[in-house]
Formats: sequence, structure tokens, C-alpha cells
Amino acid sequence: MLGAVAYDAKVVPIWEGFRAHFVASGLPFDFVLYSNYERQVEAQLRGELDVAWNSPLAWLQTVRAARASHRRAEAIAMRDTDRDLTSVVLVRAQGPISDVAGLAGKRIGVGAADSPQATLIPLEALAEAGVTGTVVRHDLLLGKHGDHVGGEREAVKALLAGSVDCACIIDGNHLAFVREGLFAAAELRVVLTTAPYDHCNFTVLDDAPPAVARFRELLLAMSYDDPRVRPLLDLEGLKAWLPGRTTGYALLERAVDRFGMP
Amino acid sequence: MTLELGDLGLDEGAHLLIKHALAGARVVTLRGSAATLAIDLPAWCRAQGHQLERRGGEYAITRGPDRWAGAERAGTVDAPVAHAPARWGLAARGALVEAGTRGPDLPLADRATVWADEAARLYAQAAAAQWDPATAIAWPPAGAPPGHPPEVEDAVVQVMTYLIENETAALLVPARFLGKLHPQFREVMQLLAIQTADEARHIEVFTRRARLHRDALGLSTAGGQASLATLFDEPDFAIASFLLSVLGEGSFLALLWFLHAHGPDPVTREIARLAAQDEARHVAFGLAHLQRHVAEEPALRERLAAAIERRHAALQHTAGLNAEVFDALILLAAGSWAPAALRAGHAAVIALGREMDDGRRARLTRLGFTAEAAAALSALHTRNFM
Repeated sequence: MLGAVAYDAKVVPIWEGFRAHFVASGLPFDFVLYSNYERQVEAQLRGELDVAWNSPLAWLQTVRAARASHRRAEAIAMRDTDRDLTSVVLVRAQGPISDVAGLAGKRIGVGAADSPQATLIPLEALAEAGVTGTVVRHDLLLGKHGDHVGGEREAVKALLAGSVDCACIIDGNHLAFVREGLFAAAELRVVLTTAPYDHCNFTVLDDAPPAVARFRELLLAMSYDDPRVRPLLDLEGLKAWLPGRTTGYALLERAVDRFGMP
Repeated sequence: MTLELGDLGLDEGAHLLIKHALAGARVVTLRGSAATLAIDLPAWCRAQGHQLERRGGEYAITRGPDRWAGAERAGTVDAPVAHAPARWGLAARGALVEAGTRGPDLPLADRATVWADEAARLYAQAAAAQWDPATAIAWPPAGAPPGHPPEVEDAVVQVMTYLIENETAALLVPARFLGKLHPQFREVMQLLAIQTADEARHIEVFTRRARLHRDALGLSTAGGQASLATLFDEPDFAIASFLLSVLGEGSFLALLWFLHAHGPDPVTREIARLAAQDEARHVAFGLAHLQRHVAEEPALRERLAAAIERRHAALQHTAGLNAEVFDALILLAAGSWAPAALRAGHAAVIALGREMDDGRRARLTRLGFTAEAAAALSALHTRNFM
């Protein structure tokens, strides 16, 4: 049994498709959708889920809660697109702020309070650069951990409107927002790029059943060259599943240590 | 291969240059000075599945998995294949189709069933011959009185009512098959589409003619509708096309030319002529693809004959062409109540029946039926004409 958070309507066809693929490959498989990561983390700790498709924050929540009860969490797989992401801090190109130090004491536009990429990680990177200011959150769909892109879009809109002095977004959305016409390339400037970090993973606890190994095996065997699974990989936004790694969550851990669990 | 982007950013279209370079080389070394290149390039490569490595001031991109591996051409652009697989979906004939494409269910996918070499020519002819009802016909000014007796006008309205009903069937039957036709047979699809547009225009002009001097339309009979229902119920494209185009619209051709010759007013005569020209194309396509089909599958001829017999049996208990239409045609052709005129009108309608029969027999002969078989089958055709 797998748990996933329904941050968008497409989550249903994604997991229906994966279920059909796993069942056709001889693995009994089903999924439960949650409206927020907190419920999913709790459900996994109660033993209701074998695998959780977790945001990086949900991964940390699971690790910490498991540790508290002397258990161990493991990240067994992730997307190729979950590795080595960065976030950027944007300012108005024609505005008065020319570098990251200029943001001290200013209005910092971020995404949802629980978004690692648009709030926690960039705020940590700013703090490590010695910059703090007034945080202006754009709390769209709390509990989805920023999976819903709306909070980042609102932060950029606020920057363009002048109600904040910078906006924090994930690197990929820099290009995506230009393409959707939200801003023109020359309108905004990047004053800070964070260190690379990792994103989602499939999380299991140490008492996971043996079928989880087969699940991981089937995942890693999915090939983009196979036209039957390619649409699923496209929907989920990856070209290949990779083994899980946990070295990419340090920045987020420091953020949670500094600002507390949102 | 080394690519120099200059200051062109990925947020300004630089990805086109990179894609172009990667199409020719598995590994591309890239230099660029755009302000956000270091942010956008990793994000873009990640989304595309390309590996990216930074080497000093340069980037090395290694091409990722190829979405087009296993892609297949949907035949060739010039001519259709014998059987079009569903996996080509709605792709243009000759397009490169991604593997894993799932198309809609389009069961009319065999060339033998639907194709005619004449389809492209007939479509081009139809496209060139489209006419505008507003300008092609000299509609009289509103309120102008008819130049013939009121009962003759009633007869015209009755015939128009009957034509509208039959043209509605002639629109809907091909439209239903159009929705099942694989787009590999593009020219046939276009032709059926324009055929339905022809019928839509006919329905418009017949309605407009009926309303020139009257507020209400004429009669619709149970028998006439039963005859049209048998066309609707026919699931086989070849048989439906045979019954509708070759026999039905073929008979209608004679009727329209009759109206062109005997209509009491210029508008009736002109709309009949314009509609007849369109119908001739519909008959030509029906005949062309059935001739081809019969040549490839001679047993089809027996199925066609059986379909006529079956339809005749199904309609035996109906009255066929309603008496009102028959009488209306006589009065319309007579143009007045004068006995001599009625005699001439009656003779013209009898001659019309013979002409329809001659036409059906000629077309059946072209499909390879013997003269005797053609005569016997023509005699079984619905008395409703369509």
C-alpha cells in the first residue's frame, strides 16, 4: 500500500496508471491519497502504509518521528528530477537592490509556509548569507509542501507589483514562469542561488514488508524507452527512477532546525 | 561539438539551439554568457533527462532518453495503407507517430471498404463548387406573391417538406460513418465532410423556399420515415453507402432534375439544379468506392443484393411514397388545375418513375450486376425514392 498526496487532479491518473503497471507485473499494489503530507506521515507511522511518496519536508518529519520511537526511515527511490535542485531569489532588475546584502530588513516574498523550495530552503540560504527581513508568505494549499506551484507564482506577482522586495522560487520555475508570460526575462534578476538539494523520495520504515523490495525493483526497471510506461513517467515528470539518497536534505534540515517545523 | 550561445538565454529561446545541436551529436559542449544560464540550463537539462556537467566555464550536455525511439510513420503521405492500425490515432497520414499513442476507436480502417481513387478529385471538385445560398439564388423580395395558383404553391411546400426530411437522412447517415472513419483515408474523410455540408445547404434552401409564401410546412409520413430508418439502422458502410448514395441519391438526382424542368417558379427550378449538381458527386463517390470494393471482394455483390431484398421486406407493410407527395408532384408539374395541364403533369411523374428505374439499373450494372438482376433489384427499391 502506497500513500501519496493529492496536490493536483493529475495525481489520480498517475497512480491509477502505476497501479495497473505494478499489478500487470505481478505485484499486488494499491494506493491511498491524502489531502496533506502530515496525515500521510502519521498514517505511515501507524503502519497503514508500506511506502509513502514524500516531499522532502515529509521525509524529515518521518525521519524525526521514527527516530523518536527508535525506528528508522529509509529513502528507497527518487526521480532523476529530484536530485540537485536549486532555488533562486529574484529582485526587480530596475529596482534599488543590487545584491543579496541589500535584502537585509526588506520584505522577503516566499511561497507557502511549508514549501521547502520556495520558503524554507531559500530563507535558510538567506540567513546563512546573513540576511533576514520581513517574511511575506503566500500560503496556497498548506499541507501540500509547495507541490502546488501557486504560492511561488503569487510571490513573483507580489514582486512585480512591488508589495515585496524579492521572491523565492525553485530554479525550474524561473524558466517556466518566463514561458507562461508571468514576467519577461529582463524584468527580474537573480541575487542568490542556493546550494543544490534533493526533493521527493519513496519512504519506507524498517518494518516494511518484503514486497517493498519488489516494488523498488519494478520502479528502477521502468524505462523511458518503453512506450507503455513513458506516459506515466511524463506525467510524474521524470525520465528514470534512481536509488534513494539522503545526502541532499542537509540544507532543509538546517532550515527546520533554525525556523522550526512549519 | 561545441555550441556558442553568446548572451542568448534559455528564457529567450536558446533551448532551440541546444536541441538542434543534440540532434546531431550525443555530447555537446556549450558556452554562454546569459545572466541566468547557470540556473536555467541545469533545470532545463533535468526536465529533458539530459546529463549536465560543468567544466570550468563550459557545460557538457549528454543527450538523455529519446522519446522518438520506436516511433512509426502513419503510412506515407501520398496514399493510404491497406489497413490503418488504431495506434496511429488521429495522426496525419505520413506523420511520425510516437510509440504508445492510443487512438480513438475508428473501425472503418480498411482501404478495401472505404477507399476510392476518385476521392481526392471529387473533394477538390466539391470544394470548388460550393455555392452561397444567399447569392446563388435570386430570392424574390419579401411579400412578392407567387405567380401560380395557391394549390400549386401548397404542392411545392409539400415537396420541399419531403426533400428536407430526406436530405436530413442524407446528412446524418454519412456523418455517422465519418465519426468511425480512420483519418488515414483523409480524402474520403474530407469528401464525406463536404457531402454533409452540401446536405446542410440543401436543407437550408429547401426550407427557405418552403417559407417563401407559407408559414407552415407540409406533411411527414410514418411510411417515409420507416424507409429512412432502414438507412439509419444499417451498420455496414458499404451497404449503407449503396442504399443511400447509389440507389437513394441516385433516384433523387432524377427527382431534382424533374423539379428543375417542371418547377413552377425560377427559385424552385434553380435550387433543384444546384442541389442536383451536388448530389451527382455523392452518387459518383458511392459508385466509385463500391466498384473498387466489389472488384476486391466479389462476394460483396451478393450482400448488396441481399440488403435490397431485406429492406424491401422490411418496408412491405408501409405505404412507401405518400400519396400527398405523389399528388403534389403532379400538381407542381401541371402548374394549374386545367385538365390538359394535369394530364401532362401526371405523364411527367410517370416518366420520372421510369427515369429513376433506368438510372438505378444503369448504376447496378456498373457494379457488375447482370441486366436481369439489375432490373429485379431496381424494382424492389423503396417507393419513398431515398
